[in-house]
Amino acid sequence: MSPKTLYDKIWDAHIAHEADDGTCLLYIDRHLVHEVTSPQAFEGLRMAGRSVHAPEKTIAVPDHNVPTTQGRQDVSQMTKDSRIQVAALDTNAKEFGIHYYPMNDVRQGIVHIVGPEQGWTLPGMTVVCGDSHTATHGAFGALAHGIGTSEVEHVLATQTLIQKKSKNMKVEITGQLKTGVTAKDVTLAVIGATGTAGGTGYVIEYCGAVIRDLSVEGRMTVCNMAIEGGARAGLIAPDEKTYEYCNGRPHAPKGAAWEQAISYWKTLFTDEDAHFDKVVTLRGEDIQPVVTWGTSPEDVLPITAVVPNPDDFEGGKIDAARRSLDYMGLTPGQKLTDIEIDTVFIGSCTNGRIEDFRAVAKVVEGKKIKAGMRAMIVPGSGLVRAQAEEEGLAQIFKDAGFEWRLAGCSMCLAMNPDQLSEGERCAATSNRNFEGRQGYKGRTHLVSPVMAAAAALTGKLTDVRDLM
Amino acid sequence: MEKFTTLQGIAAPMPLVNIDTDMIIPKVFLKSIQRSGFGKNLFDEMRYNRDGTEIKDFVLNKPQYRNAEVLIAGDNFGCGSSREHAPWAIADFGIKCIVSTSFADIFFNNCFKNGILPIKLPRDQVDLLMADAEKGANARMTVDLESQEIKTSEGIVITFEVDTFKKHCLLNGLDDIGLTMEKKGAIDAFEAKANASRPWA
Repeated sequence: MSPKTLYDKIWDAHIAHEADDGTCLLYIDRHLVHEVTSPQAFEGLRMAGRSVHAPEKTIAVPDHNVPTTQGRQDVSQMTKDSRIQVAALDTNAKEFGIHYYPMNDVRQGIVHIVGPEQGWTLPGMTVVCGDSHTATHGAFGALAHGIGTSEVEHVLATQTLIQKKSKNMKVEITGQLKTGVTAKDVTLAVIGATGTAGGTGYVIEYCGAVIRDLSVEGRMTVCNMAIEGGARAGLIAPDEKTYEYCNGRPHAPKGAAWEQAISYWKTLFTDEDAHFDKVVTLRGEDIQPVVTWGTSPEDVLPITAVVPNPDDFEGGKIDAARRSLDYMGLTPGQKLTDIEIDTVFIGSCTNGRIEDFRAVAKVVEGKKIKAGMRAMIVPGSGLVRAQAEEEGLAQIFKDAGFEWRLAGCSMCLAMNPDQLSEGERCAATSNRNFEGRQGYKGRTHLVSPVMAAAAALTGKLTDVRDLM
Repeated sequence: MEKFTTLQGIAAPMPLVNIDTDMIIPKVFLKSIQRSGFGKNLFDEMRYNRDGTEIKDFVLNKPQYRNAEVLIAGDNFGCGSSREHAPWAIADFGIKCIVSTSFADIFFNNCFKNGILPIKLPRDQVDLLMADAEKGANARMTVDLESQEIKTSEGIVITFEVDTFKKHCLLNGLDDIGLTMEKKGAIDAFEAKANASRPWA
């Protein structure tokens, strides 16, 4: 038998039907649903008189629209259209009999944080959601990617997806990371190296000593942004850390089923000599704490660098860079550490987990954020929030001057009350720096949680290593 | 789904690279629970001033491109989120075909589900079509899905590749779900097998 990649193995194990031209029906093990990309899909089912094929494999939670301030059960905190979307999910979840974590449930949170936390996401599975950051779940060695609403409806109705196989890409990070460099810097550095279309048409497998050394949460951060590199999915082979993370989660297998699962999961690795269509290798030692300067996630530079000159780019990127700098209000040659910021956002499906908050607490403990700074920390789920409170992290944040919020997508995408105003400049731990992403004419610099923490303290983009 | 067979229409040039889904349809417009009505907010932040007036030099606001049905776009069109609101907005505006050197995967797939034909071509051919589109309303391109050909206003013919299954669905306006449900036997058999080999899933 020819050697297979991890992606090949998961793909092969999920083909329910293959047509002569290679178009497959890929069986879906877990379908995660949120309120923004699902209402039209449920409506489609209703109009066609169809039911949900596997409600026991379908999990819904509202996250994009929900406010993150106390008392959010008071629906006046939401705009009318946000209320309608959340109410539609309430109704659809009930009517179609799917698992549901409503806004007032302590387990509610960002769908990509809730899935793994509840043990829905497990190695070797296929996981989809009407959200491009579904790539997050690849950290468990699950084939996970975002789908559009028509595909949401298709999965609801048939538990399958019409797919052709992607190509295999290997991203290897060798060696070790230096102090102050995190999983976020790794994933941004990869996008900086490959570009936002570098992974288009591929499923990425991240591997190498740096990836092995990362915790499961760090791996989620890496896979989360596979889509920003153009890849529909990013994967990391499961190992003892993965099993340990999954063990005991509410929906993870127990007893004999657990043993059976583990023995299967141990087969989930890329065989020696398996073929990759594209290989990218980075040295962990070369990665520095990075920030984005433009409006594309590929606009990545080490914090020690200066704002680039658009003329130094090639082709269509020259105009795009010029437009970015104009939008961002930056001048070529300006030191990145001289850029003043007024807002800090720590959270999102990229960096809204407990380890992110522990790292932030280490930087800000006993210190105060810069006067006038708006800085918020938004847990990825109600359970992350509870744990951070129990560990005393929440108190450290509040003492330092951060707002400590309830769980949701918050300022990652400004579909809820947390938004940037025109011209405001934010150091954000989220995943997209697109124009208008965090609010109309808002300016976003993507950074790691510890870099965001450092910026909150100094009021400027800051090399966190200077504070360590 | 609406069929796509042939199209003769005005092509609008949009050479900017990495046009993302937030540019195509900003998130403030994602709150509808309908599939229609997004066209007026297509490219909203590039197309309108904050007071709602039009930005004159944006391509789709120019008189010659207001009724464009083809978009000739820069590299990596549609990157970013999985929101199908992006192709919904494009279709609702009246654009039925997009040509670029590359598309983001999810966006590319979403187009086919909404009667939009995305066409990937090599750079020199995209450049040629971009130049043709720059001529304005006099440049009417013809896109023929059956024969997989684009004809420029000057009669130059460019052939393009398209996935056989996706072509079949577009030409006939077929609903994926109906087609898949015909394979229910295969799905049920797979489920039975998977329940035995991976019961935890």
